[in-house]
Amino acid sequence: MPEYLVRLVQVHESFRKAELLALAELGGVDIDFIHYKEDSPFAVVKLPSDLAAKKVVSRSILSQGVYELWGQGSTYKELHESIKAHSSSRWSRYEMAPFRFVLDGYRGAKSQTEQLEIINSFSYLGFKGPIRMRDAEQTFHVFEDYDDKAKTPKSLYFGRFVALSGRDAKTIYDLKKRHYISTTSMDAELALLTANMALAAPGKLFYDPFMGAGGFPLACAHYGAIVCGSDIDGRSIRGTGGSARKGQTGKMDVQGNFKQYKLEGQYLGALVSDVTNSPFRTVQTQGGPCHEGYLDGIVCDPPYGIREGLKVLGSRDQLNATELATHLERFQEEGYIPPKRAYSFTAILDDVMAFAATTLVVGGRLSMWMPTANDEDIELAVPTHGSLEMVSICVQPFNKWSRRLLTYRKVACEQAVAAGSGAARDPYAKGVKADELNDFRRKYFQGFKELERQRGEDGIRAAAGDGQGEDD
Amino acid sequence: MKLLTLNFLTCAIKTCKTSPASFPLHPRDAELEIIESEINLPFLRNILPRLMWEEIRVIASELGLPSLPTTPPTREDLVEGASQAQATEQAEGEAVAEVEEVPSQTAKDLHRILLETGIKEGKLVCGNCAHEYKVMEGVANFLLPGHLV
Ligand SMILES: C[S@@+](CC[C@H](N)C(=O)[O-])C[C@H]1O[C@@H](n2cnc3c(N)ncnc32)[C@H](O)[C@@H]1O
Ligand SMILES: [Zn+2]
Repeated sequence: MPEYLVRLVQVHESFRKAELLALAELGGVDIDFIHYKEDSPFAVVKLPSDLAAKKVVSRSILSQGVYELWGQGSTYKELHESIKAHSSSRWSRYEMAPFRFVLDGYRGAKSQTEQLEIINSFSYLGFKGPIRMRDAEQTFHVFEDYDDKAKTPKSLYFGRFVALSGRDAKTIYDLKKRHYISTTSMDAELALLTANMALAAPGKLFYDPFMGAGGFPLACAHYGAIVCGSDIDGRSIRGTGGSARKGQTGKMDVQGNFKQYKLEGQYLGALVSDVTNSPFRTVQTQGGPCHEGYLDGIVCDPPYGIREGLKVLGSRDQLNATELATHLERFQEEGYIPPKRAYSFTAILDDVMAFAATTLVVGGRLSMWMPTANDEDIELAVPTHGSLEMVSICVQPFNKWSRRLLTYRKVACEQAVAAGSGAARDPYAKGVKADELNDFRRKYFQGFKELERQRGEDGIRAAAGDGQGEDD
Repeated sequence: MKLLTLNFLTCAIKTCKTSPASFPLHPRDAELEIIESEINLPFLRNILPRLMWEEIRVIASELGLPSLPTTPPTREDLVEGASQAQATEQAEGEAVAEVEEVPSQTAKDLHRILLETGIKEGKLVCGNCAHEYKVMEGVANFLLPGHLV
């Protein structure tokens, strides 16, 4: 396999390799790391082809681009020797192509004249095509890697540009430009990264059980997934008074964000629900010990603890008969607030793990954030579950604390139960064909206006709800 | 909330969840809305085997939507003239031509019901315990009152 140079960004270092591995798995591409160091933005990998390289890197948030590696060395002399020894067979392929050279220094730079000198030193490549600073067909990059404050670079790489990364999404989804955000909104870069780690992609179904202002589902939708979410706080979804942006007026909600990015078609919607009392189907439907899931991915940033008010439904003390009776009497009243109680962070993580083990399809991923320590600075153990295999742990250090992104993969059930195919499921099929092409049906599929009219005509119009008060 | 979500939702009350009657939830007094979107064949193909078909038929009929066929469609039912495409391919002697897939009427109908139609206002009612979950501004509320947690 040919060697490629991945130009990484020098942030969130511990996520970079994990992201590339995730994207390689998603693209069904073999990737071998030849050279990778946390303190360097240059990684050398083996990939089968330009196409494979593009597949992996074009979605990456933590790299800038990928290049076919033609040579490397610690001095220019070494670099030229390396290029001549390893890549001479490739030169003629680009002989007539319009091209350009770019010099890219990490922690160091060369003057204009020095740059020109360096570029001229590559004349032996024999490129005769026109030099084009814009719309060049081929771009050749010279990379210089300097130690901090060093005058001369410690390593040099030379490569042919293959593909840009997907890092521009970070700017597109920047919170500063987002229609609706909340105080706990995850920044765009990390939300997109989370979506990559969980392998969000077209055709897949993704869910965030702690969606807040919906930043994770939005990021997953950006990569093509169909998404939904829930939160115990309905205001964060509907946006009523929930925006963290100053001077924001008018209706701002999660739906509006999907509209802003033209991803409405991929948004299934949201629910107000407590993770520990979730309405999501978790009961086995086909029989047997294994759960057949239906979610391709779960992404979330659970509330971290007491300071953030981790609450679940229920009362701290068991309700006595009179209290129960009062709730029963009042719960349908406007303004009724269901009682909530504090809950432990480790318990909620375990709940998420159990939920993921049941609802994920085999191979589906859970990508979940957790702090390294709890509010009392007690180091939290990474949660485990028999059906969830650890894929990666990435750490984001802060000054006084750190948090981790945990990624798991649901594994296939040991005792593979013969999966029931949908075909045998309908015992009532008597061959009575439903009237598929009746008027009503056709009009329904033509559009809603037609439907409304028809429903009225048919006298089956359901009474419209008339906006009752909020109770969450 | 788009109707597809109802394929994944039961009653939130723990003791109720295990009862088969708690799934699917039954829409009541539902005001529907349609948000049109581009048909998504890869998604339909992926989600098809995960659909609880009988239950989706129940929901569609309860909402007064056109009735769905009794047998669940297969993945092949989602695209038009798969065999035709093959024939052209052979005729032109192409190896792995990327054939533009044409969604079938079945695919369009499923898309319309599951991914374009949503409940805007109304209730979702548990068939086992009769508890009602309100839907407001397209968001269903599954928070349980004190006596039901
Ligand atoms: C850290 S925030 C998530 C922020 C989100 N990732 C974003 O970018 O907007 C955690 C969320 O969990 C919600 N939450 C707290 N307890 C919950 C529970 N028991 N069930 C569901 N959601 C809960 C909070 O309301 C809060 O919106
Ligand atoms: Zn119930």
